[in-house]
Amino acid sequence: MHPAPSIILFTSLSGLGFGLLFFLGLGYPQPTGWVGFVFFLIAYFLAAGGLLLSTFHLGHPERAWRAMSQWQSSWLSREGVCAVAALVVMGLYALGLVFFDSAWQPLGWIGALLSLATVGTTSMIYGQLKTVPRWNMLPLTPALFLSLSLAGGALLAGQVTWATGLLVLAALVQVAWWVLGDKALVSSGSDLASATGLGAIGDVRAFEPPHTGTNYLLSEMVHVVGRAHALKLRAIAFGLGFVLPVLFLLLPFNHLWGVLAVLAHVAGVLVSRWLFFAEAEHVVGIYYGKR
Amino acid sequence: MTQLPETTERKLGLVIDLDTCVGCHACVVACKGWNTENYGAPLSDQDPYGTPSGTFLNRVHSYEITPKEGTAKLVHFPKSCLHCDDAPCVTVCPTGASYKRVEDGIVLVNEDHCIGCGLCAWACPYGAREMDAAEGVMKKCTLCVDRIYNENLPEEDREPACVRTCPAGARHFGDLGDPDSDVSQLVAERGGMDLMPEQGTKPVNKYLPPRPKDVLDEVDILAPLLATPETAEHRNLSGFLGWLDRTLEKI
Repeated sequence: MHPAPSIILFTSLSGLGFGLLFFLGLGYPQPTGWVGFVFFLIAYFLAAGGLLLSTFHLGHPERAWRAMSQWQSSWLSREGVCAVAALVVMGLYALGLVFFDSAWQPLGWIGALLSLATVGTTSMIYGQLKTVPRWNMLPLTPALFLSLSLAGGALLAGQVTWATGLLVLAALVQVAWWVLGDKALVSSGSDLASATGLGAIGDVRAFEPPHTGTNYLLSEMVHVVGRAHALKLRAIAFGLGFVLPVLFLLLPFNHLWGVLAVLAHVAGVLVSRWLFFAEAEHVVGIYYGKR
Repeated sequence: MTQLPETTERKLGLVIDLDTCVGCHACVVACKGWNTENYGAPLSDQDPYGTPSGTFLNRVHSYEITPKEGTAKLVHFPKSCLHCDDAPCVTVCPTGASYKRVEDGIVLVNEDHCIGCGLCAWACPYGAREMDAAEGVMKKCTLCVDRIYNENLPEEDREPACVRTCPAGARHFGDLGDPDSDVSQLVAERGGMDLMPEQGTKPVNKYLPPRPKDVLDEVDILAPLLATPETAEHRNLSGFLGWLDRTLEKI
């Protein structure tokens, strides 16, 4: 799949933002006044900024409001509904903390749940697609998004113990996702024989593409460039995203280590998310003899 | 509404004969022509005289198939929307722009509601949906919905442009929900098949596999020389001609 920068930034940043909102909603930490304002500003900058970024890849962003309507069938629609609900509820909770110095806790709990649900729905947009076997690993893909979001959220919220544990958990899920993902296309059963239905006659080979030029399908769904360095990039993503932050957290606490842990983690998540798209094979590539 | 209907009254679709398709791409051109001049946004091209790309609702691939024994064969393979019963492109749509019609099963896009997110194209295993780069909306085969019911056209033209134009008669249009229709009969007779059945999309369009090639019996190239010469006995003529034949043979 084509790794569009707007979607990579959106899923990574909003994942972190909603993760932070989750911990803020639960009351870990429960900052008031100016400190609270800064905490919520960061969370909203990441969560809502990410959402805004995601509209940049739309053909018609001005119609984006329509995307709220089909929550009964569409995970993308559910994501929109959950995101707006989470931002509104957490906004009210933040209002209490920042301006009235009081925690309206039920709102926080609801907001935390909605924040988590938003990340879950985002992951299902990808997890539901049978056409991309590497993403269609349930419940592993939602587990990956949720564990990354929670680990990043705990890190941003300054919950050192939780962050360490969740980073280790996310690292394990990430490795499992990579290892199992490498077998997903083959075990999906889709190949040129099933795609053409001609496998019973003999070995099928793509002889001639429909056009000499490229097309939307190839540029959107058959991305091969990034895979050449996939292994090196996985190592970089793992080192930055999990190993370095955990090391920084294990050092005696210092705000500088905290900031470095966050920066390393965000960079690692961005690389991991880039690979999430670049490595994913769409079955339509089979028709073109590519993957 | 992006929830799929439980059932559709009819299942209009195409039957594509891989045995007779000659790979001329006339269906591709007819499709592009009709769908650029009529229903919805035109199918744009980008940089047509440089490194071209463009929107097409129908594309013809070619595949080489090498059997265990014998020579390889070439199969031309037209591919357009299969108007699936379980269309994954419809249910993923967040805006309700994509829908499957209850009355005839055609899968359509309401271009005024499409936000151009591209998720439906991701959900389609067949590459049937293409985002138009100029309009920013998703384009797909409409089964020429503006032809098949169009009473301003002569009756013989009320079928999809690709079917109407195919010089080899490799494309057939009809109701695949009716077991007595011509297309259903054709599918039953020739073993019509689904593409990527493992994706669970339940396509309406069917593909007819190539028929086995004719096989000649072993013939000795010396056969004409080895043939038994004809005799009067073989000719076995009766009457005067027979007597003459036999008598002349004896001389």
